[in-house]
Amino acid sequence: MINKHVKSVTQAVADISDGAVIMIGGFGEAGSPIELIHALIDLGAKNLTIINNNTGNGEVGLAALIGTGQVKKMICSYPRSSHSKVFPELYRAGKIELEIVPQGTLAERIRAGGAGIPAFYTATTVGTPLSEDKEIRNIKGRDYVLEYALKADFALIKCEKADLMGNLTYNKTARNFNPIMCMAATTTIVQAHKIVPTGDIDPEHVITPNIFVNRVVEVSDPLIESKLIAEGISYP
Amino acid sequence: MSDKVKDIKGWTREQMAELCAQDIPDGSYVNLGIGIPELVAKFVPKGREFIYHTENGLLGMGPSPKAGQEDPELINAGKKAVTALSGASYFHHGDSFAMIRGGHIDVCVLGAMQVSETGDLANWSTGEPDAIPAVGGAMDLVAGVKTIFVITQHITKDGAAKLVEKCSYPLTGQKVVTRIYTDLAIVEVTPEGFRLRALAPGVDFDEVAAKTDAPLLPMM
Repeated sequence: MINKHVKSVTQAVADISDGAVIMIGGFGEAGSPIELIHALIDLGAKNLTIINNNTGNGEVGLAALIGTGQVKKMICSYPRSSHSKVFPELYRAGKIELEIVPQGTLAERIRAGGAGIPAFYTATTVGTPLSEDKEIRNIKGRDYVLEYALKADFALIKCEKADLMGNLTYNKTARNFNPIMCMAATTTIVQAHKIVPTGDIDPEHVITPNIFVNRVVEVSDPLIESKLIAEGISYP
Repeated sequence: MSDKVKDIKGWTREQMAELCAQDIPDGSYVNLGIGIPELVAKFVPKGREFIYHTENGLLGMGPSPKAGQEDPELINAGKKAVTALSGASYFHHGDSFAMIRGGHIDVCVLGAMQVSETGDLANWSTGEPDAIPAVGGAMDLVAGVKTIFVITQHITKDGAAKLVEKCSYPLTGQKVVTRIYTDLAIVEVTPEGFRLRALAPGVDFDEVAAKTDAPLLPMM
């Protein structure tokens, strides 16, 4: 019987090496795999390229990972936050690279990466500074921009329920980028609120099929980013 | 002009939102930008129903929850706690932006820094060298949603026109805005340029024309 369960977040991220490209799920704190991110901080892998919609909040989770200097480059749509100075300070000091991508283009580049589509055309960014130096093609009378797929070495994912084979369900708007990132990474590492025996999730209710998942680790009582920030906690 | 007359001049933020809501047809799928556009949801005309989409992955978004009932995993695109109404659905970002780019969302209401007479919108960056670029879903929304309404003050706090011949700030999208609701007027973007559609109380054509940095056509 296939069993993708690993015992600890430390074990789950242990083979992430320097220079890795990592997709991290979540939109703000919703769906952010904070325990896996903290395990990556403990591991200390450097020169990372991180793909996430944002750049984290406060001094925990993604913001803390950026703050340690482990991240060489961020690929995101909205690197601003009312609660974090970590990214802006590094960016203004020229210590971190930024590739700014519209949110829908970011999602579609990830989806395309997982679906084996190397590039696609979209109307988003036509006539704006974000399409400068990109290929434009007129299709049936409208201009479109060529955008390339994104893939990653690892994806760090948060889900609600996982079975031992790696079938996943999510909770409300914490789903966001998580399912498409599962598809676009070579190795997908999932922290689940609850791990259940294989067969306990109705096949009609599976959101991410197990083919896209490599490891699942249970974090039954995850940290809540906004609470940590309200309490002034920083990591490590 | 006496202070009293000054007091009733123009529309408030709420009135701008209400006027915009009145122009949205029953049954529309609607995406509201952060800020004044969010107020549109408070003024749905009687007998009409709008279905709200929030691009982080919820269709059928409801109002903010009561204090103490917020769920950090049920938020809108502005990362504020919201609720899900009966008939709502959750989905991932690929599907959410397929709704936007695929032309399935009927109306999007956004704020603006500048709108040009051809309907170009600038609302994401001042282009200053030390500004950290942050675009979110704005470029996807203007490229994919059928009708784009803008709610904004007519001029900036410093008195600069926001309705202009050509945007000086970096664009969010080209030829995308249909109509602008300001504190002074409702202005339509037409193939001939800006055309006045309605005047706020205590405001006349000349004042709107003077505060618009492009030719303004009179009401039809």
